[in-house]
Amino acid sequence: MSEVDEGRRKFLTAATIATGAVGAAFAAVPFVASWAPSARAKALGAPVEVDVSTLEPGGMLTVQWRKQPVWIVRRTRDMLERLPALDDTLKDPASESSDQPSYAKNEYRSRKPELLVLVGTCTHLGCLPKQRFQVGVGEGGANWPGGFFCVCHGSKFDLAGRVFDGSPAAANLRVPPYAFVSDALILVGADEAQTGAA
Amino acid sequence: MASSTEAAANAAAESSVAGRGPFYSWLNQRFPIDLFVRSQLTEYYAPKNFNFWYYFGVLSLVVLVLQIVTGIFLTMNYKPSEAEAFGSVEYIMRDVSWGWLIRYLHSTGASAFFVVIYLHMYRALLYGSFKTPRELVWIFGMLIYAALMAEAFFGYVLPWGNMSFWGAQVIVSLFGAIPGIGEGLVEWIRGDYSISDITLNRFFALHVVALPLVLLLLVVCHLVALREVGSNNPDGIEIKKLTDARGKPLDGIPFHPYYTYKDLVGVGIFFIIFAGIVFFAPTFGGLFLEPPNFEPANALNTPEHIAPVWYFTPYYAILRAVPDKLTGAALMALAVLIFFFLPWLDRSKVKSIRYRGWLYKSFLAAFTVSFIMLGYLGLLPAEGTYVVLARIFMVIYFAFFLLMPIYTKLDKTKPVPERVTSHG
Repeated sequence: MSEVDEGRRKFLTAATIATGAVGAAFAAVPFVASWAPSARAKALGAPVEVDVSTLEPGGMLTVQWRKQPVWIVRRTRDMLERLPALDDTLKDPASESSDQPSYAKNEYRSRKPELLVLVGTCTHLGCLPKQRFQVGVGEGGANWPGGFFCVCHGSKFDLAGRVFDGSPAAANLRVPPYAFVSDALILVGADEAQTGAA
Repeated sequence: MASSTEAAANAAAESSVAGRGPFYSWLNQRFPIDLFVRSQLTEYYAPKNFNFWYYFGVLSLVVLVLQIVTGIFLTMNYKPSEAEAFGSVEYIMRDVSWGWLIRYLHSTGASAFFVVIYLHMYRALLYGSFKTPRELVWIFGMLIYAALMAEAFFGYVLPWGNMSFWGAQVIVSLFGAIPGIGEGLVEWIRGDYSISDITLNRFFALHVVALPLVLLLLVVCHLVALREVGSNNPDGIEIKKLTDARGKPLDGIPFHPYYTYKDLVGVGIFFIIFAGIVFFAPTFGGLFLEPPNFEPANALNTPEHIAPVWYFTPYYAILRAVPDKLTGAALMALAVLIFFFLPWLDRSKVKSIRYRGWLYKSFLAAFTVSFIMLGYLGLLPAEGTYVVLARIFMVIYFAFFLLMPIYTKLDKTKPVPERVTSHG
C-alpha cells in the first residue's frame, strides 16, 4: 500500500463538490423558472380595447387590464392649466425616475393632453388610490389642487399621476403602454394599435 | 471469543433496561428508545428554579401540533382557487360537521402561536438566554420566528377575503422596493401581473407543505442545540459547573418526571384560556379575524384601512413611519433581523436581569413599551400624531439594540451567586 496523497484527495473532493454544485444550480433552473407568469397568465394579460367616446370632461373610467385597474380620465382645460404650477411640490415633476412609455414622458404624461391613462395601483405598496378631483376638498386640505389620494399609507398624486412631496410613494403612478385605434377607441397594453385581432 | 463479547453486550443492553420485560429489550436492540428517553428526558437535568416564564417553550410546541392537526383537517375541505377559496371556507364554517370548531381552533391557534412565541422570546431578554453558550439556540429560535411569520402570512391569504387579497398585495409589493430587481421579483413571486389564482395556489403549497417541513426541521435543531448546552434559568447560572460525584448538576432535576408534570399544569391552564377565546370570542374583537376579511377578495376595491393581524403591527408601524418606500421596507426588515445579533450586541458579564443594573432594566422597559405602542399604532390609520408617535417609538426600538454594546458594558452589575436561588 502506498501513502495517501492528501493533496490529490483534497483536489478530487473539491472537484466533486464543484461539479455537484454546478449540477444542482442547473437542476434548480426549471423549478425557479416555473414561478414566472405562465403562458396562460401571459395570454390573459393581452391588451384590451376601451371605448372613450362617452367619457365626459372631468370624468373617469376604470377598466381592468392584467387584473389591475386602469384609469382613463378626460381632463378639463382647468385641470390641465393647474398642472405646470405644481412642479415645486412634486418629487419627480419631469417623470425622470418614473415608469411610463416614452410618448407619455411629457408635461401631461399622456399621448393626448386631455386623456390621461394610468395604472390605478399606488407605486408605494399597491393599494388603489381614490379619486379626489375636487379642488380644496378632502385629505389634501384647502390647497389641494385635485388628484388622487391613497388611504392606505397617505400618498398623494396630482392629475397627471405625479407624486407629491411627503408621500411614502417614491415614483409617479405608472402609465401603461397604450395607443389610439381611433379617436374613440384606446388599446391599453400595447404601444401600437395593431390592425386586426390582437 | 466473538460470541462471548456479543453475549456480554446483549446482557449489558438488557440490564440497562432492567425490569422492563423482554419486548422492551428486543426493541432497544433495534431502536435506541431507551437511550433517547434517558438522554432527552429522565437524565436530562434542567435547572430546578424554572418559573412562570418557562412555560412558553413547551406551549409553542403544543400550539405547533395543534396547528398541524387542525390544518390537515382544514385542507380536506378547503379549495385553493380564486373561484372557490372564499366559498370553501364558508362551507367549512357552515356545512362541514364541526368545521367551525376546527377552523376557529386554527385561526385562534395562529394568534396563540405568536402570543407564546413573543413571551418565549421576552423570557430570553429577561434572563439573557441568548448569551453564550446559547447563541445557536437563539439563532435557530429566530429562524423559527421568521419562518412562522412567513407561514402566518401565507395562511392569512388563503381564505381569499378582501383583506387577504390586499394584505398579499401590500406585502408582496414590499419586495418591489429592492433596487434594480424589485419589479421582476414581485412578478416572479406572484406568478402573474397581479395577485391572482396562481399566487393563491402557490401560497397554499408553501403554507401546507414547504414551510411546515422547514418549521419542523428548525424545531428539531432548536431542541438539539438546547439539549447540548442545557437550559438557562432565571438566575442565569450555568448549573453544569457544580456537579455531584456522579456528574449530576447540583441545581438540576430530571426533565422527566419533574418538568413534564409541571408543564402539564401550564398546558391545562393555557387550554382553558384558549378554549374561552375559541368559544366566546373567536374574532377577538377584529384582532384575530379582521372584519374586511368577511367579504370576498375584490381587485377593484381596497379596504378603507389596511392593517395586518396584530402580531405584525409593530413592524407595519415602522414601515409606515418612514415617508420613503425603500427606507421604510429596509427598516422594517432590520427591525426583525436585528434580533439575530443580540448575542453579540449584549456585552454584559451577567445574564439575568436579577443581577443587571438600572441601565439594562431601563432600556428593556423602554423597548417593551415601544414594541407594544408600535403594535397599537400599527392598527391605527397612519395620520398626524400617530405617525409622529410611531417615529419616536421606532427610534427607541432601534436604540435598545444599537446602543446595547455601550450600555450593557457601562451597566453596574450585581454579583451572581454560586447556586440558583429558590424564590420566585
